[in-house]
Amino acid sequence: MTTTVTPPETSPAQQQKRPRLPKSARAGGTLHGGPIAYVILIVFTIVSLFPLIWTAIAASRDNQRLAENPPPFWFGSNLFKNLEIAWKDANLGEAFLNTTIVSGISAATIVVLSTIAGFAFAKLRFKGRNALMLIVIGTMMVPPQLSVIPLYMMVAKLDWTDQLQAVIFPSLVSAFGVFFMRQYLLQALPDEVIEAARVDGASSWRVVWHVVFPAARPAMAVLGMLTFVQTWNDFLWPFLVLTQTGNPTVQVAVAGLGRGYTPDQSLIMAGALLGTLPLLLVFAIFGKQIVGGIMQGAVKG
Amino acid sequence: MATRHDTAALPSKGGAAPGRPPGGSAPMNKEQRRRAKLSRRWQRDMRWSPYAFVAPFFLLFLAFGLFPLIYTGWASLHQVELTAPTDMNWVGLKNYTRIFDDDFFWNAAKNTLTIGIISTVPQLLMAMGIAHILNYKLRASTFYRVAMLAPYATSIAAASLVFVLLFGRDYGMINWALDFVGIDPVDWQGDKWPSQFAVSSIIIWRWTGYNALIYLAAMQAIPQDLYESAALDGANRWQQFIHVTLPALRPTILFTVVVSTIGASQVFGEPLLFDANKGASGGAEHQFQTLGLYLYEQGWVNQHLGRASAIAWTMFAILIVIGIINQLISRRLRASS
Repeated sequence: MTTTVTPPETSPAQQQKRPRLPKSARAGGTLHGGPIAYVILIVFTIVSLFPLIWTAIAASRDNQRLAENPPPFWFGSNLFKNLEIAWKDANLGEAFLNTTIVSGISAATIVVLSTIAGFAFAKLRFKGRNALMLIVIGTMMVPPQLSVIPLYMMVAKLDWTDQLQAVIFPSLVSAFGVFFMRQYLLQALPDEVIEAARVDGASSWRVVWHVVFPAARPAMAVLGMLTFVQTWNDFLWPFLVLTQTGNPTVQVAVAGLGRGYTPDQSLIMAGALLGTLPLLLVFAIFGKQIVGGIMQGAVKG
Repeated sequence: MATRHDTAALPSKGGAAPGRPPGGSAPMNKEQRRRAKLSRRWQRDMRWSPYAFVAPFFLLFLAFGLFPLIYTGWASLHQVELTAPTDMNWVGLKNYTRIFDDDFFWNAAKNTLTIGIISTVPQLLMAMGIAHILNYKLRASTFYRVAMLAPYATSIAAASLVFVLLFGRDYGMINWALDFVGIDPVDWQGDKWPSQFAVSSIIIWRWTGYNALIYLAAMQAIPQDLYESAALDGANRWQQFIHVTLPALRPTILFTVVVSTIGASQVFGEPLLFDANKGASGGAEHQFQTLGLYLYEQGWVNQHLGRASAIAWTMFAILIVIGIINQLISRRLRASS
């Protein structure tokens, strides 16, 4: 992901209205959407939300009802019973705690390290800077999947199977984060501000603490959010080193429920619902800010 | 990058620096020595702190990124069993010849390609269309944007398990709806193309809204004047989209294509969890097994980590080739614009 946050700007369209042309002649942000636009958007919204709503419907039924035609369209009475069983069967209490720890540590570490490194790449001069930045960009292109086997060997050697640090450490590497913060700080942090702090005798670390962190705060929030969601939903690596009964993350627990040997579909749906709910709630509450954050992540080529 | 900070910013003589005692009464040479010491420390700071700032990332990257990547290549030349991952026996290129002789490898490579195309192309086209609509002035625009991000918040695991049920052959919602309009039920698990479509639909569902927002952000950054002058030249809305919007979005499109390609090369969780038999073969006839899933099957089901490493490095090589092609294409595009 190579999005970069640009400092918010008001689009020229909002600043000045030019009544030169008939409105119907212009595309772009000033035109009102017609009925077709609304129809398409509503259909798309339904398609986006329906599987989630149906998860809840299926979770409120029982296994027998899900093996009948037509499929259920409305809630049954088993929701809380199923949630309770799924919670226990899938070890979800521990899974939530684990995932929160892993995602929290990962997001906080990546945000801080990326901000500091991004600042160095954006605003400091040092030998090898461009070469190192190229390496950072190059590493963004390498999928983590290609490294799982030696990591698995390391984990086996260190006896870290079923331990959270096996998941935490590899998740701390984020070339994307470094790139993201660099792009933001290039624009958002004027050289004069650093200059002024230097003249006041501030050391590099003081500059980071008192100038860079405050200036980078919006981008840090966006990066933290993106990282948290990504780590929360991470599947392959946790699936390889954690087990459902040992010390699972939410995804491992939910997948374990789905791959269990006596499948009760309503229970699986209850587990999937529980695993999704926390992030959905966060998105429902902070939706506007999250959308704004991703949107500010305007893309740079 | 306008100024050099390393030389320009020594503390000035009369500056009221916070760390400096204000007293000017100290003997001259003591003051000088103190300043010399300060400035030496200053230079050291200027010189080395950038490296200190980037070091944590690179140390973590070396330990958990570069080293494993290279070591995968080394492991691919050995026989390594899952049960004893630290015992390695040199076998040369045997792992590679084994997988290249395996029909399931080529099958998985083809499936990765087709699932990649089925999932990426419609996804990005739809995202573009949705972004274009969202770029109009709309009532409740925030609502649509948040709603279409809900799939992005849903994990692969949860989404795949729900889609298994929706795509169920006998009692699934989708076959029920098809039946409703008079279409025969489809075996979304067992048949090759339907199952690949079903797996792809999970990916499409999760990522279309996110990409739409990225396109939308890029569209909003296009200056309104461009549209106005195009309109003055008599371009209708479709022509404006083709001649103003698309060229301006070119870097963004390229970026989403690269990201989607990397994502498509790694597809793993969706086909793993979509399989009703709960194996790692991607269906009874490997009809939707991707390379990622094949790697997992070889390494963790058949317990041949060496062979799995060979698959990983083959994927790496493919990605490098794709990267080079992509580079050539984007250079072409840049040259022609």
